[in-house]
Amino acid sequence: MPARTSWIPYALIAPSVIFLGALFLVPLVQTIWLSFSAGDGFSLGNYQRMASDLNFSLAVRNTFLLTLVVVPLQVVLALAMATMVTKLDKGRDLVLWVLTIPLGISDLAAGLAWLALLQNTGYLNSALYALGLIQGPVGWLSQETPWALFFAIVLAELWRATAIVLVILIAGLQLIPKEFSEAAEIFGAKPWTRFTRITLPLLKPSLQSALILRTVLAFEVFAVVYALGGRNFPVLAGEAYVWQNDNQNYGVAAAYAVLIMAISLAATAVYLRALRTRPEQLP
Amino acid sequence: MADIVIDRVVKEFGTFRALQEVSLTVNDGEFVALLGPSGCGKTTLLRIIAGLETQTSGHVVIGGQDVSTLAPRKRGLAMVFQNYAVFPHMTVFENVAFGLRMQKAQQAEVKRKVERAAALLHIESYLDRYPAKLSGGQRQRVAVARALAVEPAVLLMDEPLSNLDALLRLEMRTELKAVLREAGTTTIYVTHDQTEAMGLADRIAVMYGGKIDQIGSPLEIYATPATRFVGGFIGSPPMNFIKVQCSHGTARIGDAALPCPTTGMDMELGLRGEDASLAPNGSGIPFDIRVVEPMGSHLLLTGSIDGQPARIVAPPIAKVSPGERVGLTVDPARVTWIDSTTGRAVVRA
Repeated sequence: MPARTSWIPYALIAPSVIFLGALFLVPLVQTIWLSFSAGDGFSLGNYQRMASDLNFSLAVRNTFLLTLVVVPLQVVLALAMATMVTKLDKGRDLVLWVLTIPLGISDLAAGLAWLALLQNTGYLNSALYALGLIQGPVGWLSQETPWALFFAIVLAELWRATAIVLVILIAGLQLIPKEFSEAAEIFGAKPWTRFTRITLPLLKPSLQSALILRTVLAFEVFAVVYALGGRNFPVLAGEAYVWQNDNQNYGVAAAYAVLIMAISLAATAVYLRALRTRPEQLP
Repeated sequence: MADIVIDRVVKEFGTFRALQEVSLTVNDGEFVALLGPSGCGKTTLLRIIAGLETQTSGHVVIGGQDVSTLAPRKRGLAMVFQNYAVFPHMTVFENVAFGLRMQKAQQAEVKRKVERAAALLHIESYLDRYPAKLSGGQRQRVAVARALAVEPAVLLMDEPLSNLDALLRLEMRTELKAVLREAGTTTIYVTHDQTEAMGLADRIAVMYGGKIDQIGSPLEIYATPATRFVGGFIGSPPMNFIKVQCSHGTARIGDAALPCPTTGMDMELGLRGEDASLAPNGSGIPFDIRVVEPMGSHLLLTGSIDGQPARIVAPPIAKVSPGERVGLTVDPARVTWIDSTTGRAVVRA
């Protein structure tokens, strides 16, 4: 009997394997191959061209700056919101639902919504003008105000993508039995001590998942930046887009894509190592 | 060391009254068990004493200080939880040391007290391990050691043995009694297991429906239950209740007559299975045996008295068989009379 049925498991996972292979692995290998080829053989030409481009170092700097500012802020915000939501007795589902609305909005739409708020003729300027705080339209998103533009992008990203961290952390918090916190309270721990000594360490697996997901997505940031700043604020994914569509140079675009992947994999490896939970410390 | 006074504590969850004006005094160094079925309010009462739950009204006084509105950490107590709540991300040492660390004790003192608590509970050899590597019984010991390490004035225990297997429970019960006797800590112990309560406690408070039905020493509770519930809940097999008519100070069951305390009331005769003995000549209260279960130390006989179900304990060598009618003799001093309408025991004149 086992001999005759041994092919069944393979048949059952075959659709997923074929799907993954056709739509993920093949394009991945093609992209890597594309980035390392020029003319008729192996070459680092695309990478050289990418690195010597004027916008390259700016895009690297901006992408890292955004990630380093946005991701920690999102984790802190999400921790605060998750703690608040789990403490609610009534209306918890409603609050959670409202907080996660931005997740249902595509990132381009979110970028456009913030553009409507912040552009020269946007709601922010209208409000400030009506209050008599400004004399005429102020450009917040121009090349001349890079910090205002950066701040606007950070704000839009916080609004758009904090909820995914929140959802993961709430799920994690609900897995921690309340007795741990109660025991700590009985034995003299104040609220902040309970949070740092009990909740945070026990939340580590969820924090790790949330950080990996958010960081990888932050390195791929594109639509919100593009909607708000265009190329005034170059980022890695935006440069890949420009090389692919405007410059029609698929090789350099592929090099950018491979670079983003390498950075994401490195970040994931760092998190997996830095936030690993040893098996004997699992509840 | 401290005494505990619980003064008319009420707890309501919405419209549900979980505790109805419970009052209880626990003396300094005393071990009191809160015993009752699930949903009787015993854990709620314990959590109110701990400060993990807020009472709707009433007061909790520990060592002369009203702690009703104080945070748990300011009440000077320690607690052992049903699922142990041993912190999984800390070693056994750090678990036991947790309370001392929160008190900002000196490292040398922490080490000394942790080692003493660990020695008391025989966990010295696992101090550097993580709880996941320990068995349930060992985790239980860690939880108790963590509670004793802070040398609390009051120790609260919420069904601490219920997650252990039967053999380990028996062993831990004996050990807990010895350890706590030595520590001399005022202890409140919540359990639904009567043998635990009987074996460990100086006094037992039997709770039912959000009230304390009776409080007394294990022997008092067993021998003179204050209510029908207490009689039925304590003892194995539970007390038998036989409806009888009292007239002229006597209750008649078959050939037997027992002196009863009042007249003209619907009464129930509360009779413990082990307080009845088989009459040699078949006289006395008639008992129809339906099932005989040899339990080793005794025979458990299930049947009926006057058409009402009853269980009787007989010596293991008794010659009885199902379907047989035997006679029971009963010492009138060892029966309990229950008023059928109130369910309360009638005090003998």
